[in-house]
Amino acid sequence: MIGSLIGIIASSGGAVGGDYESIATVTVGSGGASSVVFSSIPSTYKHLQIRYISRTASTNANPEGDLLLVYGDPHAGNGYSHLLYGTGSTAAATNSGASSYSQYASYTTTASQTSSVFAAGILDVLDYSNTNKLKTWRTLGGWDANGSGFISLSSGIHNDTNAITSIGFGMNSGANFAQYSSFALYGIKG
Amino acid sequence: MPSTYTPIATTTVGTATPNITFSSIPSTYTDLILIGNIAQTSATAYQGYVYTNLGGTNSNTYLKGNGSAAASGRYTGGVGSYFAIDGVTNSASTFGTLICHIMNYANTTTYKTNLIRYSEAGKDVEASVGLFGSTSAITSVSVGMQVSNIAVGSTFTLYGVKSA
Repeated sequence: MIGSLIGIIASSGGAVGGDYESIATVTVGSGGASSVVFSSIPSTYKHLQIRYISRTASTNANPEGDLLLVYGDPHAGNGYSHLLYGTGSTAAATNSGASSYSQYASYTTTASQTSSVFAAGILDVLDYSNTNKLKTWRTLGGWDANGSGFISLSSGIHNDTNAITSIGFGMNSGANFAQYSSFALYGIKG
Repeated sequence: MPSTYTPIATTTVGTATPNITFSSIPSTYTDLILIGNIAQTSATAYQGYVYTNLGGTNSNTYLKGNGSAAASGRYTGGVGSYFAIDGVTNSASTFGTLICHIMNYANTTTYKTNLIRYSEAGKDVEASVGLFGSTSAITSVSVGMQVSNIAVGSTFTLYGVKSA
């Protein structure tokens, strides 16, 4: 299967809304996708939230599944992320190391887990367009397949004071997202 | 851009009850968010749980900390996704905060995954991911107590979030 990049212009028009607004949604089709990207994100919100369900075509048999990564642009340098996680028997923590463009988001089910089971996650980035701050990602995510599963809280730094205008997701393994994976971008006014 | 995060229904417990239910949930949203401020009636800590109209397999994997240690465990084969509520003797007048996100609840292709945060002073801070193992659409969401009752004054609000 040849993966494809799915991107969407987040600035496409819509009606004037309230304080929590849907900006754009990407749902992976039958061909799969190597990444999901929200580009041209308007700077008019205070915070962003991305809500997702995800599954990969990877066949790895790692008990935790496949690691979902998030990255933002523009970026001046590499960042760093932490993960606090539970496996269903063990609570532990890990980190990405100091040299990584992409940050940890959460873990995702693979083709090795029960079919129809999708991981879920909620990612927040506050003050994403503030040009005086580096930005912090925060994610709650994981999956459960009745006898196996993985829950995590993660945080990462986007090492750039420029406003974030693009956010992308990809798998650490390089595997494609499976069909029906869906990512929804929301803007929160403040 | 379309505004969303819409309150669907709310309820306040006036008489201690084993469960509360939001039914006839419209299928027009993408995700549901259940927010609760909850206490239970027993002096002993018991499990609360979020459950739905779905049959199938229900389980959840949790991560929690009690102020001195972190732990992870799993509930399997139950009726919903579980979280621990402190006994009323230890936490009089204390209501825990429950936030349960049920993702893509109305789709008929995938099983449903939920994410729970539950926090209660004097007990645990807890995060979990749960499975409602059916491809059917969710049309009702409930909160129940495994043994005791939900205490008077507990409040619950169900919100719908719709993606573009």
